[in-house]
Amino acid sequence: MSVEAKTNRILPIGAIGLRGWVMIAVLAFLAVGPYTAHVLGQGFYLDLATRLVCLSIAAVSLNLILGYGGMISFGHAAYIGLGAYCVGIPAYYDYTSGFLHFPLTIVVCGLFALITGALCLRTKGVYFIMITMAFSQMVYFFFVSLDEYGADDGLTIDYRSEFPVVDIEDGVTLYYVCFVSLLAAIYIVHRIVHSRFGMAIRGSRSNEQRMRAVGYNTYAYRLTCYVISGVMCGYAGALLGNYTNFISPEMMDWTRSGELMFMVIVGGSGSLFGPVLGALAFLQLEDQLPHLIQLLGGAFGDLGFSELGQGIKDFSKHWRLIFGLLLILTVLFARGGIDGILKSIERRRRD
Amino acid sequence: MDTALLVTQLMNGLQLGVLLFLLASGLTLVFGIMDFVNLAHGSFYMVGAFVSASLVLALDSFILGVLLAVPIVVAVGVLTEVIAVRNLYPRNHLDHVLATFGLILIFDELTHIIWSPEGISVPLPHWLQGQVELLPGVILPSYRLVIVGAGLAIACALYYVVSHTRLGMLIRAGASNRTMVGALGIDIKTLFTLVFAIGAGLAGFAGMLIAPITNASIGMGNDIIITAFVVIIVGGIGSMKGAFVAAIIIGLIDTLGRSYLDDFFKLFLGDEAAETSAPAISAMLIYILMAMVLVFKPQGLFPPKVR
Amino acid sequence: MTEPVLHVTNLRKSFGGVCATDNVELSVAPLQTHAVIGPNGAGKTTLISQLSGDLTPDEGMIRFKGRDITHVAPYRRSHLGLARSFQITSVFLDMTVLQNVALAVQGHRGHSFRFWKPVSQDPEIVKPAFATLEQVGLQDRANDPASDMSHGERRQLEIAMALATEPDLLLLDEPMAGMGPEESATMVETLKGLKGEKTMLLVEHDMDAVFALADQVTVLVYGRVIASGAPQDIRSDEAVRRAYLGDEA
Repeated sequence: MSVEAKTNRILPIGAIGLRGWVMIAVLAFLAVGPYTAHVLGQGFYLDLATRLVCLSIAAVSLNLILGYGGMISFGHAAYIGLGAYCVGIPAYYDYTSGFLHFPLTIVVCGLFALITGALCLRTKGVYFIMITMAFSQMVYFFFVSLDEYGADDGLTIDYRSEFPVVDIEDGVTLYYVCFVSLLAAIYIVHRIVHSRFGMAIRGSRSNEQRMRAVGYNTYAYRLTCYVISGVMCGYAGALLGNYTNFISPEMMDWTRSGELMFMVIVGGSGSLFGPVLGALAFLQLEDQLPHLIQLLGGAFGDLGFSELGQGIKDFSKHWRLIFGLLLILTVLFARGGIDGILKSIERRRRD
Repeated sequence: MDTALLVTQLMNGLQLGVLLFLLASGLTLVFGIMDFVNLAHGSFYMVGAFVSASLVLALDSFILGVLLAVPIVVAVGVLTEVIAVRNLYPRNHLDHVLATFGLILIFDELTHIIWSPEGISVPLPHWLQGQVELLPGVILPSYRLVIVGAGLAIACALYYVVSHTRLGMLIRAGASNRTMVGALGIDIKTLFTLVFAIGAGLAGFAGMLIAPITNASIGMGNDIIITAFVVIIVGGIGSMKGAFVAAIIIGLIDTLGRSYLDDFFKLFLGDEAAETSAPAISAMLIYILMAMVLVFKPQGLFPPKVR
Repeated sequence: MTEPVLHVTNLRKSFGGVCATDNVELSVAPLQTHAVIGPNGAGKTTLISQLSGDLTPDEGMIRFKGRDITHVAPYRRSHLGLARSFQITSVFLDMTVLQNVALAVQGHRGHSFRFWKPVSQDPEIVKPAFATLEQVGLQDRANDPASDMSHGERRQLEIAMALATEPDLLLLDEPMAGMGPEESATMVETLKGLKGEKTMLLVEHDMDAVFALADQVTVLVYGRVIASGAPQDIRSDEAVRRAYLGDEA
């Protein structure tokens, strides 16, 4: 068998598989669903979807370093905030051109990632986790102390980024800009992880010493990967800032970074589409969990356990408790996240 | 420069320093011995504040309330360890941070259910509300002195326990060589539970001390825990001595930076420039310190000998 | 006499008072197979790690192809033509066998700041990787996950990864570690195939393998060289027998 034939066998292009179909279905739904809802007068879903898509891009970017690179960054929300402020602060001075906002985002996030990454990557393991966390908290406190830009209370963005032809003041246009950006982000990550650079990154995750022994300057590759991810996440933040028309330091509190991690892990880290599924799960839970608990309470009420039912209904405002439990259970019992579950179903059907 | 103000600020810095030490010592113990990263460590700080607040109000005695609250927080620590944390020791650090992040959500929400979302203020007894003239013209609230004194006393006690008792010997042995402790015939599971609970108790105690000043509130642990992380990064993860030195340094730098940085900047910047830039820089001061330590000593000021 | 590929002088390394490498002198001539033997704790792996750059010596100098590399980073040494295998098998378990070797090949084809083209369709990488697998007899397992391989096969893969970097000197840290007699025999065959083509520095416990392969033997005890010479001389050396081989007799 030729080498090409053998390599093709590892990457079955013909078979799409369950995971592929799920990805196609979700993307197809995102392509038409929110617009349809908007046309039918359910604008709420367009808003939800815009937020979903922006957070998905952020989760995809985190997955690049976390899932593929093994760099456990607990400070990625800082880039969302930096990106959003790169839109907000120029807009505050009436500079509204998108050709200023987005390049500024890339430069600022790239530099921040380069400087902090150069320091963080000198360390390993727990140090890395805590230091990324600390640097993001530094950015948080930096913006809290800037009274000019609203400090704690945040800053309203009066005008969205202006581009020729594409007018993102229009919600539908903004949504499609975000959606196309998500597609691009997924494709870019797909290309990167299969390239020479991607292999170098993945190798460094599993065994850094060995990588050095076969000639890789692992530090340089990891730092580059960290910068790419930071810039991508900042881009997501700039979109998010445009969408919310508002930014506050709260967007980059370290618990927000925790939520991004939740998306990556629950979706399935180190898988291409997992982070999007994770973001979907996160927003659905946040949005639906209180209702679901209410419904459950209602059902118990109908069955005659009115007190229990009422108790469950009252509990619905504490949905975060379930959130926390879910996270712990995922960590303990479902390491691969949603993508891992799909993968095992796929495998069982094949056998 | 105003001496009275300087002494007051120094005391405030020390106060923050000892509180940070109480948090960081537990973190560093748990990490040093169990190799476990606990993001939810700040939750014990919060739980301590709430439990003591309720007890102080119910019993109408500050001392009694705190004395009773400590064992309760220790018990919460034991429960947390036995139910959740114990299963996580064999896992990697990523699993640790994720699961303990989940624990934070649970603790915050449970506190919300048991107490209220508003938070509770804790009254001080009359004899602690007074002020003390430390030096001529330097008057300090006596409770601040109590916090600093209590914190230093705990630090000494910890030092004694770690360096002079059998438990301390096991802790030191466990930090450097886990299999050896097992070989000594010590029940390692119990040791781990004990260490985790001690850490929880220390954090809880810090929360109890601060509650009369800042009130007990949900999420109060989530801000200070990051500063505690900075402390153990600067001090060297796993080192008790490092945690103490770094906690005091960071407490002082953070407090003094916020009060004096603008004066300092005025020496070489215009007044306006100094006043706008100083708050931003002082907010970042401890992180800049951390970055500098990382450049010159990536393992922290006092790297643990074996690891 | 031709210039040695590797020349080590006065090498010293201690860990908290224990001298793991004590004034070691060592010279490996081109295309020779040089074995370093010694009882447990003799400092063999410490020596290899200093040669590969994973540890920095306290004193002394390492010259490789006439160049001082004592303070050169491990990845640079790899580019200079120094390859090592690890005593504890160190392959990428989450990748396929071919990907493991491809990664090693890629490490040597210039930089990896190439972000777009998939490696699996890059003949510049895949062809040499496959050829290297054939060299160690693993070509049939190319597309299996490395985690599915037996211990012996992983040791072979370990060698393949070192070979894939086209080294001028192979540092082999106990290639037979943990192997049964049959697996050892396969490994000896593989190494015999390389003998005369590659310069090798071999650290090994298995005496039969050492005497079957080595042109030169250096004996290390407590970090110190107690003898160095041709295998038959070492075998009859009184000091060596007492310090080391005597244990087995």
